[in-house]
Amino acid sequence: MSAPGIAPTAGQPIQSPPHPLREFWGYFSSNHGAVAGLVIIVLVLLMAIFADLIAPHAPFETNTLVALTPPFWQDGGSTTYLLGTDAIGRDILSRLIYGSRLSLSIGVVVVTLSVITGVVLGLLAGYFRGVLEIAIMRVMDIMLTIPSLLLAIVIVAILGPGLINAMIAVALVVLPHYVRITRATVIAEMSKDYVTAAVVSGAGRIRIMFSEVLPNCTPLLIVQASLGISAAILDAAALGFLGLGAQPPSPEWGTMLADSREFVLRAWWVVTFPGLMILITVLAFNLLGDGLRDALDPKLKR
Amino acid sequence: MNSRPLQTAQPALLEVRDLKVTFNVGRTGLLPWASPRLLRAVDGVSFSVNAGETLGIVGESGCGKSSLARALVGLNPIAGGEAVFRGRSLGNLSKQQWQDVRADIQMIFQDPLSSLDPRMTIGDIIAEPLQVQRPGMGRREVSAEVERVMLRVGLLSNVINRYPHEFSGGQCQRVGIARALIVKPKLIICDEPVSALDVSIQAQVINLLMDLQYSEGLALVFIAHDLAVVKHIADKVVVMYLGRTMEAAPTNVLFDSPMHPYTSALLSAVPLPDPELERNKAVQILEGDIPSPVNPPSGCVFRTRCPKADDACAASLPMLSAIAELHNVACLKAHT
Repeated sequence: MSAPGIAPTAGQPIQSPPHPLREFWGYFSSNHGAVAGLVIIVLVLLMAIFADLIAPHAPFETNTLVALTPPFWQDGGSTTYLLGTDAIGRDILSRLIYGSRLSLSIGVVVVTLSVITGVVLGLLAGYFRGVLEIAIMRVMDIMLTIPSLLLAIVIVAILGPGLINAMIAVALVVLPHYVRITRATVIAEMSKDYVTAAVVSGAGRIRIMFSEVLPNCTPLLIVQASLGISAAILDAAALGFLGLGAQPPSPEWGTMLADSREFVLRAWWVVTFPGLMILITVLAFNLLGDGLRDALDPKLKR
Repeated sequence: MNSRPLQTAQPALLEVRDLKVTFNVGRTGLLPWASPRLLRAVDGVSFSVNAGETLGIVGESGCGKSSLARALVGLNPIAGGEAVFRGRSLGNLSKQQWQDVRADIQMIFQDPLSSLDPRMTIGDIIAEPLQVQRPGMGRREVSAEVERVMLRVGLLSNVINRYPHEFSGGQCQRVGIARALIVKPKLIICDEPVSALDVSIQAQVINLLMDLQYSEGLALVFIAHDLAVVKHIADKVVVMYLGRTMEAAPTNVLFDSPMHPYTSALLSAVPLPDPELERNKAVQILEGDIPSPVNPPSGCVFRTRCPKADDACAASLPMLSAIAELHNVACLKAHT
């Protein structure tokens, strides 16, 4: 053609676009920590789905004859109860397996609720600015001034204890983080020329908000959301520990910790295993979040 | 102000008369009813652009070039005066009416990389104006059109699925040009399109723009602070200072016989390719900084830095007046 000068990457064959998922996996799998996180999450997920098949005992089945049996490798342990039993003789392994159902759904539900609400509020605040922004952000500031667990306790106290109310409380408590992150990135993106270019091309508000600005905010949101799942699991466990979340006898990991805290000195296994499950799951989600960010950011692509 | 446009022979494609762009920058006092302070970014600029013509707008940073450009595409509100594009005033168009105009006026930006959405492929970026303005168009038609303009600006179609960060500044600017071209506009506003590029790439992009202008009959409003670039591409030039027109003339007239002291100072700062000449030439350095457009000097806005200024310049505001055919100058001293 008549355009002078460089012909970019001349001579290369026309690249067919790699399938987006395939491309994503290429970047994601090069991060070993993220793959480890993903493997653990998949295992926990399978455990939750097939709890009925895997668990050696029913989670609520009590047997006071074997109360506080230690794990099988200790003196007095038996392979019937691999990880031992709690104070009223329930199998800890079975309860942990059933508990993964609760913890995973808490994480997912809480994060879904707060991400959707937070992104919409943050987009509105960052895009329209003015009075709307002031109103939204001041409410969020007020929520942030109250210690998060205290606020969750207040909300649960108003709504009444229970798993659903605890999830709503945790979702409300973490909401300001999503609103603030979204608003800040939206404002930063709005000042860039590509948004101006979209306006000049005639793109409407909705298109600019959702197909130009929002995709450029996703890397931060994905990291925050995957970290948020772990925070939600932790917060819900804390509420359960305080007796305001899932109610006994449901095998939620935080509630299990609370039930057995008086036996900490006598039977280490009753608190260690639920605590380890929380730790491993939370760590797995954090690793996954990091890997997702690296894989989804086009600037890091090679 | 009754400044005369450069040409009045036939109805121009874009006719700007006494255009003003102002920004509200806080209040004069602390009280909420104190009168607002106005920043006059563009204060009465007039020019016209015909089809297939290039108008260069030059001036140093902060003289209102970009505010003017953004007003012409509806990004800044027009505070006064008129901008008439193909017989249609751009001053008070509704959203729907702007949509119609957008297909005819497109824009090229200064920073090539930041003007491209980092999460879209080159193909999607170029296709966007088409998808927005002609939602009924089929996928195949759109991609055929995208490949056509990519070829036109010198991009091979095998890069269609790449992302902007994989390209150099010059290539990104080609993508920006392709995006502006795809809706077949009549006028492209170029807001310093080459000032972020290397000099060797500048030449390629400018030659591309000139080539496209010739073949597609485009009109360009070319904003720059580099006079050498403007001399190469523009048919006529408007020199701006602090939101006002200092001098307007056809390019060769302006470069051969600048009448305004500001224009002379700008021209003397252009480096010469011959080192011998460059060493011996007298550079007229302007003292001080550009004054604040919130509080411009009385009379001629350039008088605080002008070597020829005297008391008369502070007393009265010089009007843009014809000194020769098509050559307008706003300076009291230009005629003496």
